[in-house]
Amino acid sequence: MGRVVVLGVGLTKVGEHWNKSIRDLFVEAALRAVEDAGIELSDIEAVIVGNMSSGYLQGQEHLGALMSTWLGLRGVATAKVESACASGGVAFHQAFLAVASGIYDCVLVGGVEKMTDAVTEDVISALIMADDQEYVASTGITFAGLNALVYREYMRKYGVKQEEIAYFAVHDHKYARDNPYAQYPFEVSLEQVLASPLVADPIRLLESSPISDGAAAVVLCSLEKAKSIKSEGLVEVVGSAVATDILSPHEREDLTTLYATHVAAERAYKMAKVEPKDINVVEVHDAYTVLGPIHLEDLGFVKKGDGAKFVVEGNIEKDGKLPTNTFGGLKARGHPVGATGIYQIVEVVWQLRGEAGKNQVSDAEIGLAQSVGGVGSSVAVNIFRRLR
Amino acid sequence: MIPSVPRVWREIRYRYRLIGCKCTDCGAVYFPPRPLCIKCGSRKMKELKLSEDGVLINYTIIHYASREFKYQTPFIVGVVKLREGVKVLAQIVDVDLSEIKEGIEVEAVFRKLREQGEQGIIEYGLKFRPKIKPK
Repeated sequence: MGRVVVLGVGLTKVGEHWNKSIRDLFVEAALRAVEDAGIELSDIEAVIVGNMSSGYLQGQEHLGALMSTWLGLRGVATAKVESACASGGVAFHQAFLAVASGIYDCVLVGGVEKMTDAVTEDVISALIMADDQEYVASTGITFAGLNALVYREYMRKYGVKQEEIAYFAVHDHKYARDNPYAQYPFEVSLEQVLASPLVADPIRLLESSPISDGAAAVVLCSLEKAKSIKSEGLVEVVGSAVATDILSPHEREDLTTLYATHVAAERAYKMAKVEPKDINVVEVHDAYTVLGPIHLEDLGFVKKGDGAKFVVEGNIEKDGKLPTNTFGGLKARGHPVGATGIYQIVEVVWQLRGEAGKNQVSDAEIGLAQSVGGVGSSVAVNIFRRLR
Repeated sequence: MIPSVPRVWREIRYRYRLIGCKCTDCGAVYFPPRPLCIKCGSRKMKELKLSEDGVLINYTIIHYASREFKYQTPFIVGVVKLREGVKVLAQIVDVDLSEIKEGIEVEAVFRKLREQGEQGIIEYGLKFRPKIKPK
């Protein structure tokens, strides 16, 4: 297996891009990544596009050929990768495999989602397609509703209060403030979060990730090729894994542990030859507040049931034990579904390169990004290390 | 979602009558029925008519729903553990939102689930309501 490095990254701001189409967003992020990489477009041999719902929301499939056409990359190998909200993280894993295999030297992987083309009730339909249409969506439950079942069970099993869990949203907003790419770059108070309307009891609006447009892209290269282009700012992909669980959470024995996170993390740690204690900076997939503590637990950073306390006590601040979601997470950076996994990776790369601005974690060497599809039905864990 | 009659029709047998399956090797029970056991890998699965009552073990109240369900909000969706131990996701109806709680006994009731698109194809299926005890 060849060594793979991140050579360049690019983003669009997350938000409501009324004047930009799904291809505009993708091309914008891709061109920035190519420029940051210091390569020519013609160096790219394959394009992988992570996206969940373009078929439903835009009536547009075949994103691989669409995006490569608009990038002028006629002849290039492409594919769209769909794994619900984990589409970005899983697309990245596929791009990693493509380079690690030695078949491609230089691959562009991006994620894109354009959600504001549709009204909220149709976005709700699109998102529940992450679970079983015939026996789950047909009940009328929403994706927030499935996570509400997790939330209720977590509070009951571990005796954790909603105000401790909801604090995760306050944390995210605090770090979005200094992220120029965040959808909501402002702070919120715990009181505001707890007073916001119920979406799916007990989940409140300000505990939920928003509806977002955005695209993010990364250029992956073999280590040999990367070294021929630049010698500084290289970040190696040292671990990359994807795992799955039983699709519908109500069929599992325990709602409070996402088994797929355990499995993916174990594989990625092993590949990277690191342990949880070695990780300096983390991005977790907090689509709803309760998932933040659960992910920190399932990734092996804190004991089951102690995740919320760990957060409230300040351990995930940028100068804490385990800086987490230092650009606002899904809640405040935003959650353009299929792009989110790539946003997380770009944010980790910025931290490792020392380009995180006011949110910079001091001397971060190893970072981890976790991308989740469905209620833990697909999980990608990618681990990165700064090359000196 | 694109309206489709066959997509609804082929599930009717299981949806209307709560028919699942049981693994004849390890005894695991599933709803809906499936071709192989995800616990032991056996393919010796036998259809099983499930009991139509159980206990509500978890629930949520949906306040914002998709186009097809928005006229029903707020409504309850819960996890019902049937007597066979299998868990089913369904709406919980005929109960005041303030009275819903885990642990109540519930029974299946045949109801309209949703209308598909402007053609108005109606999907029926089972919901659950608090068990009515004989006097």
